[in-house]
Amino acid sequence: MTTDSLPVRTDVRPQPPKDSRPARRSLRTRLRPGAGRQHHAGPLTYLLLTVAALVSLFPLYWTMVAASTDNTRVSQTPPPFLPGPHLLENLGKAWQDAALGKAMVNSFIVAGVIALSTVLFATLAGFAFAKLRFKGRNILLMLVIGTMMVPPQLSVVPLFMMMTDLGWGQKLPAVIFPTLVSAVGVFFMRQYLSEALPDELVEAGRIDGAHSLRIFWSIVLPIARPPMAVLFMITFVHAWNDFFWPFIVLDMTNPTVPVALTQLSAGYIRDQSLIMAGALLGTLPLLVMFVVFGRQIVGGIMQGAVKG
Amino acid sequence: MATSLPTTRTGERERPRQRRRTLLHRLDLRGAPYAFITPFFVVFAAFSFYPLVYTAWISLHRVELATMNVMEWVAFDNYTALWQDERFWNALLNTLTLGVLSTVPQLMTALGLAHLLNYRLRGSTFFRVAAITPYATSVGAAALVFTMLFERDFGMINWMLSLVGVDNVDWENNKWAAQTAISTIVIWRWTGYNALLYLAAMQAVPRDRYEAAAIDGASRWQQFVSVTIPGIRSTIVFTIVLSTIGATQLFGEPLIFGQGPMGVTGGADNQYQTLGLLLYEEGWKNYQMGRAATVAWVMFLLLILVFVVQRVVKRLASRRASSVRTS
Repeated sequence: MTTDSLPVRTDVRPQPPKDSRPARRSLRTRLRPGAGRQHHAGPLTYLLLTVAALVSLFPLYWTMVAASTDNTRVSQTPPPFLPGPHLLENLGKAWQDAALGKAMVNSFIVAGVIALSTVLFATLAGFAFAKLRFKGRNILLMLVIGTMMVPPQLSVVPLFMMMTDLGWGQKLPAVIFPTLVSAVGVFFMRQYLSEALPDELVEAGRIDGAHSLRIFWSIVLPIARPPMAVLFMITFVHAWNDFFWPFIVLDMTNPTVPVALTQLSAGYIRDQSLIMAGALLGTLPLLVMFVVFGRQIVGGIMQGAVKG
Repeated sequence: MATSLPTTRTGERERPRQRRRTLLHRLDLRGAPYAFITPFFVVFAAFSFYPLVYTAWISLHRVELATMNVMEWVAFDNYTALWQDERFWNALLNTLTLGVLSTVPQLMTALGLAHLLNYRLRGSTFFRVAAITPYATSVGAAALVFTMLFERDFGMINWMLSLVGVDNVDWENNKWAAQTAISTIVIWRWTGYNALLYLAAMQAVPRDRYEAAAIDGASRWQQFVSVTIPGIRSTIVFTIVLSTIGATQLFGEPLIFGQGPMGVTGGADNQYQTLGLLLYEEGWKNYQMGRAATVAWVMFLLLILVFVVQRVVKRLASRRASSVRTS
């Protein structure tokens, strides 16, 4: 942490945070705002942000601690702050007690299929709304935006009847089908493609005699790859964590992870360290994803991906 | 046989093919856009729109979970029964208080956090990823962990409170304590996510506004209030709308906080039963699908009501503002 002033840059591009060092805040640097980044962070900012990061991460850390001790140690006062020796043992037990093996496989299938289909259909529809001319385009787009306002929870009663009639009760398709598409995804792809896909490219494809699907395949898809990746991850997170509908339509013989976790709290096993081990296992796949792709996910959310 | 075909033989062969190509091309131009948007609308119609309408229809009937094909017409009986049901008013009130308790602090904190993240930082990626890590945690896992942290006899939170001399709080059975604990789960999961939405909006606020404010001698706080907040107003409205929709549907947090079977009733005295829980209890505990559909439809009407009110308030506020400006 050096305090020597950096040479004052006169360009007005927002600087990447990497090469900006906390410098002594002369008036000149203070009044030289980058786009939105108008000031260097002071020690207080770092302190507050560190507290925020701790609050965010501590419950997860503590889950790990609790999952690695035994039941009597968890409930002592003061509570333990350091991991104990029983982590793997507890993870193994929780894995069996909550039938987490099957739940994990189910969750991967559900979240994977939903994320794939959401991305595919959102890109198709987003491309049509962004670049193709057709009658009723604006009205239909308004309709898509309007559907965002319909909370999915309101249709659970007839959905449950439908799924029972179809013989899909307790089966994965009952969870997958209602969420195969997402209005937010369509809107997100449309916004991106309106800006990122030049009209000339589409025209050029037409002149070469390519039909629409061909244009979509060879011109749109390569350009749309980054937002598709982001949409995939965010949809995956939401589908993995979805609770209300899966909880209603699935049972403990064939659960997704969040549904299986309720089994742990339902009182048959009041073993706190096992409960925590289960919670940790259920969160692990997404945590790994966030550690690996954290930067991309942050970028995606900031590009205007939306709470689903 | 005498048709007016062109005389050259090549023309004879070229024409139909040409015609077929232009026809296909036109068909493609006209039809493809509809083909591309069809999947979305088909799935939406089948699994969202149709069920929504059908929910209204079911709510006018008596339907038992075991015999779902038998629908007995009862007109608005379900609605009048709901109106007279104490549990409904209790759940409605709980949904409102939980909504306020979880949304207001959440968005305030998110705003502050976004402001901090907006400084030039070292390790900004780390702070941002840390902020949205809770969002990676499922309702199930988060609720389990917090239920334990809020445990009455050996929970971490009561232990911390005991350090500063506060007696053990019964987070489970005391109404306001329970609602605070449940709101904490929601706040923890969503604050970072909203902060990132605000941050994105803050970075789009033009710099010259800040410069102008600074030249006018505005302090940092004044700049925040008079430049930043107006600059991200639309995003703030957007998050309020989303959080409101989210808050009306609280389900997983109170269910798991109540630890399974007790959770459906939202505590021993329904002290934190939400409308979502009531819907589930009516349909899948009391086996009355008609009543569950009624609760669902009432929830929908309430949401619409909230937005109508919000529109009217906004209209009035803007009219007042414009009349102030013109006077």
